[in-house]
Amino acid sequence: MDFNAFLNGFDVVLEPQNLWYCLLGVVIGMLIGVLPGLGPAATIAILLPITYTVDSISAIIMLAGIFYGAQYGGTITSVLLRLPGEASSVVTVFDGFALAKQGRAGTALGIAAIGSFIGGTVSIIGLSLLAPAVASFALDFGPAEYAALALLGVLLVSTVGSGNRTKALIAAAFGLLLATVGRDTFTGAERFTFDSLNLTDGLDFVPIAMGLFGVGEILYNLEERHGKVHAPAPVANVWPSRKDLRQSSGAIARGSGIGFGLGVLPGGGTVLSSLVAYAVEKRRSKTPERFGRGAVEGVAAPESANNAAATSSFVPLLTLGIPANATMALLFGALLIQGVQPGPQLVDQNPDLFWGVINSMYIGNLLLLVMSIPLVGVFVRILRVRPAILAPITALITLLGAYTINNQVFDVVLVIVFGAVGYLMKKLGFEPGPLVLAFVLGSMIEGETRRALRIFEGDPTGFLTRPISGTILAIVVAVILYPLFRRLLGRRTRETDDTREAVHS
Amino acid sequence: MTVVIGYLPSKQGEAALSHGIAEAAARRTGAVIVNSPRRGATVDAGLIDGEASATLVARAAASGVRATVDQAPHGSDIVGVFASAVERTGAELVVIGLRHRTPVGKLVMGSDAQRLLLELDVPILAVKEPRG
Repeated sequence: MDFNAFLNGFDVVLEPQNLWYCLLGVVIGMLIGVLPGLGPAATIAILLPITYTVDSISAIIMLAGIFYGAQYGGTITSVLLRLPGEASSVVTVFDGFALAKQGRAGTALGIAAIGSFIGGTVSIIGLSLLAPAVASFALDFGPAEYAALALLGVLLVSTVGSGNRTKALIAAAFGLLLATVGRDTFTGAERFTFDSLNLTDGLDFVPIAMGLFGVGEILYNLEERHGKVHAPAPVANVWPSRKDLRQSSGAIARGSGIGFGLGVLPGGGTVLSSLVAYAVEKRRSKTPERFGRGAVEGVAAPESANNAAATSSFVPLLTLGIPANATMALLFGALLIQGVQPGPQLVDQNPDLFWGVINSMYIGNLLLLVMSIPLVGVFVRILRVRPAILAPITALITLLGAYTINNQVFDVVLVIVFGAVGYLMKKLGFEPGPLVLAFVLGSMIEGETRRALRIFEGDPTGFLTRPISGTILAIVVAVILYPLFRRLLGRRTRETDDTREAVHS
Repeated sequence: MTVVIGYLPSKQGEAALSHGIAEAAARRTGAVIVNSPRRGATVDAGLIDGEASATLVARAAASGVRATVDQAPHGSDIVGVFASAVERTGAELVVIGLRHRTPVGKLVMGSDAQRLLLELDVPILAVKEPRG
């Protein structure tokens, strides 16, 4: 690791402009974390056009801040109102709300904030150490390796993530299809353009993301607006006692480790890691019956894990140029907008950006820890704003933003069309995440595969004989075969599956 | 025959509550405390939780009034909630709290109190918060 470059990264972060964007990012992240429905992916999608005008480092620092800031915010509503603000805080509801009912909401929030801070920081240290190593290893990658890796990424995202596997695969296939629209990069032939000049360059990533995540979520949430109304919850005594801290220290440590590991995996991400961390804690505990009735570990473990995962999912993006989940796909898009190609060359070619973004997370986590506890009351107030007021404003910002990218009405139409698609997908139980990811990786799979075939002079066995791409393809086959094996063994493991279902629901 | 009391956790709401309980006690009837949250928002600052509503019922009981709490949510117009409460209980009186609103504020936001005064068919006792 180049230690000077690492220190220079702090120099970059401490520039007032970058500090300001870091603060802005984490505050926005926390706000939308509190709001159920509007997730980090939607927010980053909506704010993508803003990044055109901002310096690339500041833009990525802000967007990253939104992502990990949202993990803090999601906890607040889970604990106080039994409403998970984010999918990654769903398991926090069980013990968090139970603690709140015992009048220990403050303790739960305090432990969650401390756990999140430790989880995040541990993960950043891991990221600082691991990322350069992975990047230098990945410098040996050629087109064949990238093609295999991108394929693995699409496959893992659609199979590992929570939710219906078949529907995720269908969404991913649709995304791959969308990636083929436009002029062929090698031969110049036009594909699926229907003689439209707007489609010749292919579909743009930004309007698709803004439509699917932004408009789609807004529409979907409007439908849900007649939910139960809650009385405001009082928060008192935020500082956890020494006993609570001692009780949860193990959970925080394990949660951080689990989160870091699962965050690096494509498709792992924050949701899965919080579920796994909770399940592990429950299994390890000598008194598992306390879980669900207000165990501090049940808050500490998932909160540490989701923050650690949010941070470590930057590893594949910054080192391989492969986004590990939908939000990372958006950051990938943001980097491309800035003319930065994420990949192993990033550390050497653009060390300011690489280390600037990583080191901004140390600062961002510190800011979040300082802000989260005293400002809980302020954030809960946001919930008083009715979606009927919030939704039109967000929709307006989204459409205006879409127009300003290229000053083209076609982009606005695209956003609306994909907004409708996103709404229908959510309504029918499809996740838009795999679609967007497959769209981003699709052009990569195609381009790299064809480039590799040219190098191999049309011999497809070249993919298998090169050691790295061969290994990756073997993992691809394993991922495809694994569910089949599990189905064969299904009857024997039915019981353990049932307990897992109980944890998931 | 009952008294319908419009309640919010505010000074005006408290004034309406204490006058409403006094009226109900004088008329020897029960009371319905209407605490209606606005539909749509996740959190409504005016809504009271179970604990607080139990306190209100106990306060009424201390004056010898049997009270119930009605927390039906309302959309853009609160009159419907009061009208249905009046109809359901056959109430003889509605007690609400008034607050000062500037003419511009009234023009922009309208006034729930005014709509209630104009549209309900039963006598309404409008109470102001105690001065000073």
